[in-house]
Amino acid sequence: MSAPDHPARHKGIFRALRRNPLDLLAFGLFALICLIAVLGPLLVPHDPLATDTAVALQPPSASHWFGTDQLGRDLFSRVVVATRLDLLIALGAVALSMVAGSVLGAIIGYWGGVLDTVVSRLVDVLMAFPLFVLAMALVAALGNSVANVVYATAIVNLPFYIRLARSELRPRRALGYVEAARAGGSGDWRILWRHLIPNIAAPLVIQASVNLGWAMLNAAGLSFLGLGVRPPTPEWGIMVAEGARFIGSGQWWIVTFPGLALMLAVLAFNLLGDALRDLLDPRLRR
Amino acid sequence: MTRIGLRVLSAIPTLFGVVVITFLLTRVLPGDPAVFFASNPSMSASDIAAVRENLGLDRPLYDQFLIYLGNLAQGNLGRSIATGQPVAAEFARRLPASAELTLLAFLLAVVVAVPLGLVAALRPGSLVDHAVRLIATLGVSMPTFVSGLLLIHVFYFRAGVLPEPIGRLDPFLFEPARVTGFLTIDALISGEGQVFRAALLQLLLPAVTMALFALAPLARMTRAAMIAALGSDFIRTARAAGLSRGRIVLIYALRNAMLPVVTTMGMVFSYMLGANVLVERVFSWPGIGAFAIDSIVNLDYAPLQGFVLVMAAIFIAVNLVVDIVTVLIDPRAED
Amino acid sequence: MTPLLSIRALSVEFDTRHGTVHALDRLSLDIAPGEIIGIIGESGSGKSVTAHAVMGILDRAARITGGEVLFQGENLLEMGRRARDGWRGRGASIIFQNPRAALNPIRAVGDQIADVVARHSSLSRRAIRARVLELLRHVRIPDPERRARAYPFQLSGGLCQRIGIAMALACAPRLLIADEPTTGLDVTTQAAIMALIRERAREAGTAVALITHDVALAAGNCDRLAIMHAGHVVEVAPTAAILARPRHPYTAGLLRSVPSLAGSLDQLQAIPGSMPDLRRPDLPPCRFAERCPRRLPRCDAPGPLALTACGPGHLVACRNLP
Ligand SMILES: Nc1ncnc2c1ncn2[C@@H]1O[C@H](COP(=O)(O)OP(=O)(O)O)[C@@H](O)[C@H]1O
Ligand SMILES: [Mg+2]
Repeated sequence: MSAPDHPARHKGIFRALRRNPLDLLAFGLFALICLIAVLGPLLVPHDPLATDTAVALQPPSASHWFGTDQLGRDLFSRVVVATRLDLLIALGAVALSMVAGSVLGAIIGYWGGVLDTVVSRLVDVLMAFPLFVLAMALVAALGNSVANVVYATAIVNLPFYIRLARSELRPRRALGYVEAARAGGSGDWRILWRHLIPNIAAPLVIQASVNLGWAMLNAAGLSFLGLGVRPPTPEWGIMVAEGARFIGSGQWWIVTFPGLALMLAVLAFNLLGDALRDLLDPRLRR
Repeated sequence: MTRIGLRVLSAIPTLFGVVVITFLLTRVLPGDPAVFFASNPSMSASDIAAVRENLGLDRPLYDQFLIYLGNLAQGNLGRSIATGQPVAAEFARRLPASAELTLLAFLLAVVVAVPLGLVAALRPGSLVDHAVRLIATLGVSMPTFVSGLLLIHVFYFRAGVLPEPIGRLDPFLFEPARVTGFLTIDALISGEGQVFRAALLQLLLPAVTMALFALAPLARMTRAAMIAALGSDFIRTARAAGLSRGRIVLIYALRNAMLPVVTTMGMVFSYMLGANVLVERVFSWPGIGAFAIDSIVNLDYAPLQGFVLVMAAIFIAVNLVVDIVTVLIDPRAED
Repeated sequence: MTPLLSIRALSVEFDTRHGTVHALDRLSLDIAPGEIIGIIGESGSGKSVTAHAVMGILDRAARITGGEVLFQGENLLEMGRRARDGWRGRGASIIFQNPRAALNPIRAVGDQIADVVARHSSLSRRAIRARVLELLRHVRIPDPERRARAYPFQLSGGLCQRIGIAMALACAPRLLIADEPTTGLDVTTQAAIMALIRERAREAGTAVALITHDVALAAGNCDRLAIMHAGHVVEVAPTAAILARPRHPYTAGLLRSVPSLAGSLDQLQAIPGSMPDLRRPDLPPCRFAERCPRRLPRCDAPGPLALTACGPGHLVACRNLP
């Protein structure tokens, strides 16, 4: 059992949810996106990769709800199928940086010393780069692949988690339950793992949920530039890039629908992040 | 003043760290320039070795770093493999394009966001307040490259009120004599009204696209900081002393609220340096971001390295300015 | 004599997410020119709300639902905003608890005082500066030229409160409201601040409303005392009369709970129970009834509970006087 910091944290979450319709919308949208991501290929009327030049560049119609692109592929099918990849990239990147960042932050926060100084300085330096620029450079340096987009997005976010975990953990090192566990013969790792990390989880989860929308935008931005995802894979950023050529000649739908999907997903994540923060952070809840 | 001096000094190790990381990024990770040559079948092994030697790549990493530092100290950012030109010269040519765009966008965002946040804070629950919160949420969810393209569709293709997004100036016009490198300002200096108008029209959409993105966090922070400031004890004191509403809002509350807003401005600037790359791509803007993208595609490492370094240096400088402004506003920050 | 300030049947409510707080209920109180009156009550009894309502600086969530506040015969609640702004500082001013937070953290304290002086006069800049220094000397701030340039974070709590007093007295108000002016200051500073307030007020003929939960402090400094409980004034009388013979059971309890006023240590006792939740829709006419040892059925009879005279200058709101 971990020692509880906030015993009554979960009380009233559901009541709070019902009171705030925006939060409800956020959870609803998120559930919908997850559902589409899971079922994606089962839901679509056309093969997202099937080209048919006879119907290229057609505006939205009854047979192609979102229209078709320059190769005659059905945009609705592509937008729906792309959900899984976009979601996975964002989730993967955030999960990676959250886990790595919180463990690293907890370790340097717990032991301090030289390691703490070195990592903290490194974090400062990483934070001196504009995030997107650093992510770009990392993908270029690591090699142009989807996995590297995930790593790059995770790495540029790492500093925030390290800092947060470190600052959350430090004041808890000397709390009563930690001293009690130490007196009871628990080793440092055990204390860290069983008592401290569970107690700093809430702010990290909040940070992660706030971070998801940004990670998705970052990854889509990279693929818009031609980094990571390669055609013909359906992915929102690259679909917008493909449609960009046609925006000046009036074929708005190729850009608009993947763009809207991306925006809606990011919006859902941002709302979800705000909602989770209100629900989980007892300091902010009134 | 001492704190300002200290901050400037403390930026130096960070800058050094940035140089180290930028160096390692391009030398140690797989994206070695050798990849570029190796993928070029016409190169013989001895050719590659010659190029390696030429670039100093055959020496130990430590030596390479010292050479790199020496070059940097002379303002030498290396040579672009694709164009054969010195990277520093290319940057000098392109930086004004990026700077003009980014600064105008930043200005637009601040000029719109701060008053919006202010009005929202003064009338919580009003229409403006709800609008600001909607903008703040939608704004950060809108990918710049999508909003840029949609704006092009509406204002260029549909309404036809703005020119085609093909760079800084209509190709049939001549650039004004270069003074600042900012086309709008140079056109004004040389008194060419038509060129000024044309350059401004080209700037408008990309600047608005970037500003839309920057607007949200600024308005949100202004609103929150103003609400906090207006609710604080010293505002109550000022009201009780009968100070006029204008003085209370502008001199007492806003100045206090500017502290977190200025910090947010620094963060927003960081976003904008990144968004810059995307926006330049969308609008075919001949800035340094577009140059960097081309160099990535060509596996041309020197421009990319230079770009990352320049961006980080700008960002460090922006943070320094934020710190200095904070010290100027807040006497408490001095010690 | 006509009162300087006359609060008549003032009711204030707060709309909150958890219901309406009935903070003040038909509260009445007169303050005479030049007197020092203590307003006493436990935390949450509505002392600050009363002060804020008089000054017109209530929160946005507050609603004045009835009554009037007459200042020299004029109803402040019907005054225009500009007139009210002009009245603030000159008619009445206020100093607050937590003096450092009450000052703008990023403006030099001299400039803050100057703002107030400039607002209510048409003096030249040099004259304003001279006036600021004079005010600082009046509140006995050593080295006023230097201190005028200081920021609140550079000054002690006691000095900040002196700045607050200088600001409040800048335009020679007729009434000074001091809302817990010494809470949070150390004991010697407390005494000095109280002495300063009394001295400045006596000199200028300014009336003082000293708001505090510290009965001994009020008893030692005030001509009259008003006792508040849960948004009501339950008893008002000259200090000596109240100390000698408190008539309201709450006042009696309050006095018994103060070590220096209770006859002996074994008479020292706390008042049982606590103030009713002011969000309750069914608050009884006497909000003390539920804690009262002398409660009778008629205490709960509907109808407002009025302050009535029970001695010279002695008013009490109780249906079962001893
Ligand atoms: N801004 C507010 N919102 C809601 N309730 C308030 C507010 N300010 C005061 N109250 C309520 O009014 C009552 C009186 O408060 P106050 O006048 O501050 O008490 P005190 O006598 O301690 O100064 C309390 O019950 C308090 O909860
Ligand atoms: Mg109070």
